[in-house]
Amino acid sequence: MALYIQAVVNGFLLGGVYSLMALGLSLIFGVMRVINFAHGDMMVWGMYLSLWLFLSLGVDPYLSILASAIVLFLVGAAVQRGLLNRILEAPHEMQILLMLGLAMVMENGALMLFGPDPQRINTSYGLATAWVGPIVFDLPRVVTFAMAFVVAFLLYIFLRRTDMGRMIRAASDNQVGALLVGTDILKVFALAFGIGAACVGVAGSLMTPFFPFTPSSGLFFTVTSFNIVVIGGMGSLLGAVVGGLLVGVSESVGAVVLVPSLKEIVTFILMVVILIFRPQGLLGGRR
Amino acid sequence: MIGRVLLGAGVVSLLLALPYWVSSVWQNLLITTFYYAYLAQAWNILGGYAGQLSLGHAAFFSIGAYTSAVLAIQLGVSPWLGMFVGALLAVLLSLGIGYLGFRFGLRGFYFVLLTVASAEICRLIALHLPILGGYTGLFINFTPNPWQFQFQGKIPYYFVSLGFLGAASLVVWLIQRSKLGVYLVAIRDDEDASEALGVNTFRYKMLAYAASAALTAFGGTFYAYYQFYLQPNTVLNLNHSVDIMIRAIVGGTGTILGPILGSFLLEVLGEFSRTVFAGGAAGLNVLIYGVLLIVVVLFLPRGVYPTLIALVRRVTGRQA
Repeated sequence: MALYIQAVVNGFLLGGVYSLMALGLSLIFGVMRVINFAHGDMMVWGMYLSLWLFLSLGVDPYLSILASAIVLFLVGAAVQRGLLNRILEAPHEMQILLMLGLAMVMENGALMLFGPDPQRINTSYGLATAWVGPIVFDLPRVVTFAMAFVVAFLLYIFLRRTDMGRMIRAASDNQVGALLVGTDILKVFALAFGIGAACVGVAGSLMTPFFPFTPSSGLFFTVTSFNIVVIGGMGSLLGAVVGGLLVGVSESVGAVVLVPSLKEIVTFILMVVILIFRPQGLLGGRR
Repeated sequence: MIGRVLLGAGVVSLLLALPYWVSSVWQNLLITTFYYAYLAQAWNILGGYAGQLSLGHAAFFSIGAYTSAVLAIQLGVSPWLGMFVGALLAVLLSLGIGYLGFRFGLRGFYFVLLTVASAEICRLIALHLPILGGYTGLFINFTPNPWQFQFQGKIPYYFVSLGFLGAASLVVWLIQRSKLGVYLVAIRDDEDASEALGVNTFRYKMLAYAASAALTAFGGTFYAYYQFYLQPNTVLNLNHSVDIMIRAIVGGTGTILGPILGSFLLEVLGEFSRTVFAGGAAGLNVLIYGVLLIVVVLFLPRGVYPTLIALVRRVTGRQA
């Protein structure tokens, strides 16, 4: 029993970062209707940025989330400005192609710079734990969980309370309407993609103290983000959060109940069930 | 008209003579090009004509590959027969996924994700089926027996792959000319409107999916007996579904020549980045390939074939 509770706890704590990662994807899709196939690779770039800062300057990964946020924001905004904005009139599937090309570039760029070996950041507190009865809480996981929620909350405040956030939401709800009231839609697009990329970059950095990664980890994160967003409900911020926690827990429990290499199948089956019985997602209002 | 006949005859005789002129490296390149063009053509029925983007065709491909291979290894059934069993199983899977997706009205992004998820479920299951060899993969012993779909040298494979491509293109041409093709294009352009006009969108999307899956499964059999090795993480990987899809999209979806041109262009680009940047750091060639893909999208945002047609029309000043 303790094993299962432990699995739920670990999955729940990991789910916090998953939520942040999915928030980024949901924001990008919600505003531009672009499926970001490079999402996981952007996350991996955040991870390697933290690794590089840690190894060269000794910056703690929980501090380097700021660098990740800034760098990935610029990458995301540049992708939207320089690439996606140029093909807005083209058939929709061309955007998928563009993002797939970008994913190849980002993944193999990381491979060339850092090599194929698995990496993780070994901090002094990396193995610190706290026991509550028979259950272990890994301290880095707890800190990561808390920080992911702080960032998600800040994003929520930004989207709800600031003018820029309102512009993004307006563009997401009704693009033509937003244009009619004079929104600079291309600027909003770049901003939204930048913020979405910054979210996933921060999520990547937050995972580095306890999650080993390689340049090819991106695909797993991309697919996981897709699943979370479908489960939670496209365009629903709360849905991304709930979906992230749910997927974290189901993966973790799946690894215990089944063999670890089959853990993702639980998530996929969950996703198929959701698609059948509630296609708009758990918390999605409309499709 | 005479010009077209001459052009056709020229292309056919060139294709027939080509493998005897070139080295085995080029033969291999041509076979790969035809074979991917074939898969892209199969994808085109669902993704191009019906407008339902699938990123899970690796599942049908693998069912075709594994079914014919396992039947041959375990029971000695010829792959020429086994591939029909594989196609049947692929059709059943496509109808299952299609039922889930189309019955509940999943469109666009949601359908893409359903196909990704179903292929990934297949990959995870395949990795844990002992009969498929698990992580080690499945090896096929080479016995040069054409009845076992195994040939000496590359030239027979050249003609088999060319034949496959020709047959698939013929199927697509027939679909395009038929009522089914018209319905599919109507569904792609405006699903709600075609439904309002009385088109049974569910039935025709299912038909397109099944045809696409069956053809893809045949392609899997070809792959199994060209490579003699199958592993779920290579044949059933998301990247493989991507490989199939991008050829059709680059060439221009919903056209017969699009997937073929797309396959040629991407094979050339892939080979260029592989050979020119082979000496560079690991990953450089794929990075260059990604850059080239982005460049193609930026400069040919409507696909190769539609752009080519527009160009020809502008030069000749003729409306077709």
